[in-house]
Amino acid sequence: MSSRIQVYEASSFLAHDAPDRESRRSFLGKSGLMLSGAAVALLAGRDVLAKGSTSAGSDVNVLNSALGAELEAIAAYQVGAESGLLQKPVLNLAVTFQGHHKEHADVLAKTIIKLGGQPVSAKAKYTFPVETLKTQADVLRFAAMLEKGAVSAYLGAVPLFDNRDLAKAAASILGDEAMHWAVLRNALGEAPVPVAFMS
Amino acid sequence: MHVLMGIVLAAAAGGTMAKGELIGDPKAGQAVYARCFACHALTYNRTGPKHCGLLGRRAGSVPGFEYSAAMKHVNWVWDRKTLDRFLVDPIKAVPGTTMGYAGVKDRQERTDLIAYLEQAGQSDACPEP
Repeated sequence: MSSRIQVYEASSFLAHDAPDRESRRSFLGKSGLMLSGAAVALLAGRDVLAKGSTSAGSDVNVLNSALGAELEAIAAYQVGAESGLLQKPVLNLAVTFQGHHKEHADVLAKTIIKLGGQPVSAKAKYTFPVETLKTQADVLRFAAMLEKGAVSAYLGAVPLFDNRDLAKAAASILGDEAMHWAVLRNALGEAPVPVAFMS
Repeated sequence: MHVLMGIVLAAAAGGTMAKGELIGDPKAGQAVYARCFACHALTYNRTGPKHCGLLGRRAGSVPGFEYSAAMKHVNWVWDRKTLDRFLVDPIKAVPGTTMGYAGVKDRQERTDLIAYLEQAGQSDACPEP
């Protein structure tokens, strides 16, 4: 393992992302989070969400890929928030964006269960290149890199869904990740939207 | 002489060689690699396995990474050909893979990406294990 990276115990900051559904419901209830229209439609039991079907199995794989990345993003924002490098209002941004990722993860996990799958859990440990994070700008740049990657990941997931509601929900999350990326770039003093198309 | 010059020019431009063979541009491939940052890093495992040492490695063999059964049993060694086959459509290439990504459809982009992974694996970005 490179000396520039460090492994973090996830248990201390991922309590809200424990795999049991009760914890997730409790988190949503306490935090007063509201689900988007797309998420509500996703969870409402549309007849096209055919539990146990072949296409549902393939959709579960795609959703679990996204869930794994969301859980890591939650952990990454926690590391950023606890780094002592972020000053308000940037710190508030990080906490807000982490909250979005928690909502994404929650919806993805519930959808996977609805489709008859088993959602991946947060890893016990995550590795981040913390020794390269010396300033607020370093943390912002790292977060922006992850968010841009998330946009690409969702862009690569949308065409794979057999279910259009799932594709729509993934596109909804994609839009949120793109906004994160733009705001982080803006906070870095960079052009917030440097391109007309994402890839 | 003209043929040789054509090959040199094609290589310089990251373009095509004879018989449609593409030349990868690592710098362009580095930009393509940014699409992988949600799940991958060069030096450490994330949602996806690390990429240092990828070329020449048996698929599904990074210690400590939990692969799908499909990837564990695909019995491939990662080289330019197998990477190209996988990256164009991961789910079709290895049904059951957990890499839920539609793929890099542009052939030149794939070639550039593979060239970057090859170059990065031999650079200081990938220290000896």
